[in-house]
Amino acid sequence: MKVSLFITCLCDIFSTNVGKDTVELLERVGCEVDFPELQTCCGQPAYNSGYLTESKQAMKQMIRAFKDSEYVVGPSGSCVGMLKEYPEIFTGDPKWEEEAKALAAKSFEVTQFLVDVLGMTDVGSTFRGKVTYHPSCHMTRILGVKDAPKTLLQHVDGVELVELPIGEDCCGFGGTFSVKNAAISEQMVQEKSEHITETGAEYLVGGDMGCLLNIGGRMAREGKNVQVMHIAEILNYQK
Amino acid sequence: MSVKIGNAPFHNRVQDGIENDFMRKAVSSAQGRFRSGRRNAAEELGDWEDWRTLGEEIRSHTLENIDFYLEKLSDAVSNRGGNVYFAQTAEEANQYIQDIVKRKEAKKIVKSKSMVTEEIGLNAALEEVGGEVVETDLGEWILQLDEDPPSHIVTPALHKDKGQIRETFSKKKGYEKTDDPEELALFAREQLREDFLSADVGITGCNFAVAESGAITLVTNEGNARLATALPDTQISVMGMERLVPTWEDLEVMVSLLTRAAVGQKLTSYVTSLTGTRLEGEVDGPEEFHLVILDNGRSKILGTEFQAALHCIRCAACINVCPVYRHVGGHAYGSIYPGPIGAVLTPLLDGYDDHKELPYASSLCAACTEACPVKIPLHEMLIRHRQIIVERENKAPKMEKLMMKGYAKWASSPAAYKLSTKVAKPGLKPWTEEETISNGPGPLKGWTNARDFPAPSKQSFRSWYKSRRKREESE
Repeated sequence: MKVSLFITCLCDIFSTNVGKDTVELLERVGCEVDFPELQTCCGQPAYNSGYLTESKQAMKQMIRAFKDSEYVVGPSGSCVGMLKEYPEIFTGDPKWEEEAKALAAKSFEVTQFLVDVLGMTDVGSTFRGKVTYHPSCHMTRILGVKDAPKTLLQHVDGVELVELPIGEDCCGFGGTFSVKNAAISEQMVQEKSEHITETGAEYLVGGDMGCLLNIGGRMAREGKNVQVMHIAEILNYQK
Repeated sequence: MSVKIGNAPFHNRVQDGIENDFMRKAVSSAQGRFRSGRRNAAEELGDWEDWRTLGEEIRSHTLENIDFYLEKLSDAVSNRGGNVYFAQTAEEANQYIQDIVKRKEAKKIVKSKSMVTEEIGLNAALEEVGGEVVETDLGEWILQLDEDPPSHIVTPALHKDKGQIRETFSKKKGYEKTDDPEELALFAREQLREDFLSADVGITGCNFAVAESGAITLVTNEGNARLATALPDTQISVMGMERLVPTWEDLEVMVSLLTRAAVGQKLTSYVTSLTGTRLEGEVDGPEEFHLVILDNGRSKILGTEFQAALHCIRCAACINVCPVYRHVGGHAYGSIYPGPIGAVLTPLLDGYDDHKELPYASSLCAACTEACPVKIPLHEMLIRHRQIIVERENKAPKMEKLMMKGYAKWASSPAAYKLSTKVAKPGLKPWTEEETISNGPGPLKGWTNARDFPAPSKQSFRSWYKSRRKREESE
């Protein structure tokens, strides 16, 4: 199966390892992975801040970049969720509406792709440790991916998965929200950090780099000894 | 009072909320109770999503045909001996009610809980004409004694704990007992009973008016609305023009959704439907009944992309799941309608000038949209508000606009984007120590005040991928 990787700008610049693991993971389960170099950012920072015109420029670039792809798979519920909203955003636009629909239809978040498209539950990885999972907001509520990440985690050999209290609450990232309303965002991420500590987990796992940078950055600042990992890193772990 | 409460700037209100440990504890434990209550009540129905769809259909059908149903309602109320007044503005509504109070020479007015009368500032208007107004919902009564605005649309005194309530009772009413909730409630009950018995006019809000019968439905847990409508000779009900349902059958669906979504109850202790005045042969009911139907900016919302905001049945489910509300409390919103629905509705009713920060008081986590029993796309409406603030109202900060222009250029040019992946690391080097930025420049500062920011990876993904491809090709 041919898959085009949608790396997301955060992973491209800040988390090369997550990208590598996503590629290796997809290859390991039998996909042929390519990386269309024309891709940039999905447009969400501008779209969510109210800059529709600006965001559309980014979106058009993404549509162009993935025009020839069969499947588009990315390590982010939020960014893939954004692609899924393109059709509504371009409704009535004769030039872009159909292409927006095509891109949305072939785009998947990586755990969603593994479970829903490839029909997998066990990707054959091994990872020893006590893990708690933060179900990020856009992954669950915009994209509707609630069970796939947990299903995959439960099948990782050696993982002890513990429930995160009030896991459904936002970590306070919210893109520009974290800067524009920094004081509120700080309270939110602090509470998230407290709940993670309560679980006694050694690893906090999630499927969205924005949330992970936020939570990880906060826990590092608090000097907490919890390691933050993207789910692709765990699913590609072999030791 | 009106929609807007207080004059402090948004960020000060937020800071006040964050620093109010008392309130935050009260809010987080209340949210816990409301959330599990709502979840259980929804699960018990088994097909909650079908109920939500039905609720949305009823609300949307009603609004699409609102002129028809309002006329029907008005005719039904008139036929049952009631008077109907359509008020365009808060002033018109207040004036009409003031006139009744004056004509009746009413001295005491008892009220049951009503957000719409908060919206129009009715209490102050009644006091202007010499009426003594007594709020009879326990939470509202506490707030009235304390001269404090509501912080939640269902449980208005959510931000207070029993110790504070005891203090208010003792200061304002000479209460001498403990802070035991039962004792406090009993005291309120004794005090309010006197007021019910001596009131000349009873004023209520309206959860739903039934167009086919003209019945005003009130949903409470305290029974105070029944006393406020059964004892005084004159009854006045005030409703937002959107708060109606076509039939009794629709009412059943909406009340089921309301009580479950609001407090996790199958039904509240009291659900009261009142139809007009005491007719010949009837033993109770008021001699005179007035229904005030308020527009106050609502008709402006009809037919716009925000129309679904008028679906709102004031259950506060969105407020109860909101993580922002959780940390800042209701007063931080500066509106009698707080939380996600408040952030959507307030700028629509009262303009952007005083409320332009509200649409940004959300991380767009969409918990509100998921919780709404009538499927209002709340977080999408917040984004739409932001678009209007940026593009139509031109109220966005200049710096932000410049940055977004830059963003558009960056994200639409693969060459510029690629270059940025190369220069990000050296560019941020002056602020980087041990692969971490703990005191970032410009907008990054808001982030690094509370948490670390990572330095960019040594090699961008795309550069790694390219070298990997080269390796593979040469092998």
